[in-house]
Amino acid sequence: MIQLVEVTKTFGTGSSGIENVSLSIDRGEFVFLVGPSGSGKTTLLRLLIRDMVPTKGLISVNNVNIGNLPSDKIPHLRKQIGVVFQDLKMLTDRTIFENILLPLEMAGISDNEAKKKAEDIMSQVGILDHAHKFPVQLSGGELQRAAIARALVFSPDILLADEPTGNLDNTTSWEIIKILQDINKAGTTVLMATHNMDVVVSLNKRTVTLEKGKIAQDTKKPVKSEKEEKEGKEHSEKKHHEEKKEPEGEAEVKKEEESK
Amino acid sequence: MKSIKTMWKHVRRSPYQALAAILIMSLTFLSISFFSFVIFGSSRVISYFESKPQVTAFFKEDATQENIDGLADAVKQSGKVASVKFVSKQEALELYKRQNQDDPLLLDLVTEDILPASLEIATTRIEDLNDVSTQLQQSPFVSEVVYQKDVVDTLSSWIGALRKIGFVLTILLATVSVFIMVIIIGFKISQKKDEIEVMRLLSATKWYVRWPFLLEGIFYGVIGALIGWVISTGTLLYATPLLESFLKGIPLLPVSPLFLIVLLVAELVLAVILGAFSSFLAVLRYLK
Repeated sequence: MIQLVEVTKTFGTGSSGIENVSLSIDRGEFVFLVGPSGSGKTTLLRLLIRDMVPTKGLISVNNVNIGNLPSDKIPHLRKQIGVVFQDLKMLTDRTIFENILLPLEMAGISDNEAKKKAEDIMSQVGILDHAHKFPVQLSGGELQRAAIARALVFSPDILLADEPTGNLDNTTSWEIIKILQDINKAGTTVLMATHNMDVVVSLNKRTVTLEKGKIAQDTKKPVKSEKEEKEGKEHSEKKHHEEKKEPEGEAEVKKEEESK
Repeated sequence: MKSIKTMWKHVRRSPYQALAAILIMSLTFLSISFFSFVIFGSSRVISYFESKPQVTAFFKEDATQENIDGLADAVKQSGKVASVKFVSKQEALELYKRQNQDDPLLLDLVTEDILPASLEIATTRIEDLNDVSTQLQQSPFVSEVVYQKDVVDTLSSWIGALRKIGFVLTILLATVSVFIMVIIIGFKISQKKDEIEVMRLLSATKWYVRWPFLLEGIFYGVIGALIGWVISTGTLLYATPLLESFLKGIPLLPVSPLFLIVLLVAELVLAVILGAFSSFLAVLRYLK
């Protein structure tokens, strides 16, 4: 589904965003992309939507080499990939409903159909009540949900999420993770860049670690052994106990993970 | 339809910029309308003078009707003449009486004998006036030749200068308006840079982003053309009675409604071209 072969992206300043990165992600996978700031996570995501062109190497999405994709084909690629941007990129002079409607309008979908799709997706992520509010009127978590809804309007094959839990409290972070898990269960490949190691450890999914633009580690299989997972859970429980109240989203996510 | 809605939103959200764009376009089209009236009017005035008898040959006392007819035939055969009219002594007196009916003293002084018979000759082209005039002067029966070449020449040179000034001024204003429109639309594009960036990341095609700006340029052009046309036409219609008394005898006014409609259509077409061209330049410059 997503394949990167020895991809390097060097910027004009000479600094390299990523260097010789090779990575293969299958359909339906949930992959965490972790690493310190400046390690190249966002660069990698931007390369996948052809917001940047690789300096070297090959990137293919759904078996299409996007490195030499003609500019008129880029909109088509972007319809296949939903993106939750780190800074959300919500248009502040439009309501949440209008923001979510925007990609559908651009695709030339009829008003009624677009409206129905937008309402469905908003209901799915739980922000239908905020449809006619402006972004400034929403909380961080609600905005994050709106950004996810906008990324999902085309029912994309792939969802890229850049730090979707950044700046969110623990409870809200788990609610967002729950939404992303549901999306993944429905068949969408999810690639999530994050700093939130609690989430990464708790969910026990494939994790790609970037360091200075290179892949330092790729756990093709879940990262933890059963023992480590138990320890991780105890650690999380202890931590949340200290917060006096365990977030509902996290409990729900963990429960699902355990039932697997 | 979506592009039109977005364009209208752009216009509503920055009314002062929209007003500036419309004003400069109105000024351009006001100038175009004004000079179109001048050029159309002056062409009609020249045509009027060209169609009038331009050469008048006055005959000597001893010239017989045979001599006059012979000369008239010779002039006709030159192929440069549109019409030849013979004015007898009696007709000349009648004409003189009509022109001076309010002055009995002048009427008393003039009798049929002192007014010469004449030929009033119109040439097909103003350039032929000299040749016909020379031919008439060479006749032994002709005492004097009078023609309006000087009047038409002066008028032609004035009208030629006016046309040049109008053309240059129109080109200058059109160029200025294109530049101002490029700046205004470019500024709007810069203001919406983030929004455009988001749209592109969300799969907008280039033309989805471009169309509203192109339509905006066309909108300013069309509104400017309409305002320019309405003001100039309104002024012309208002001034028609005054101009009619000034241009007495020249069948120029009122201006035909067909001319005004043709002018409006031509200006609208030009407005669409100018508006689209300016916004396309802005789009090329600011939307890479």
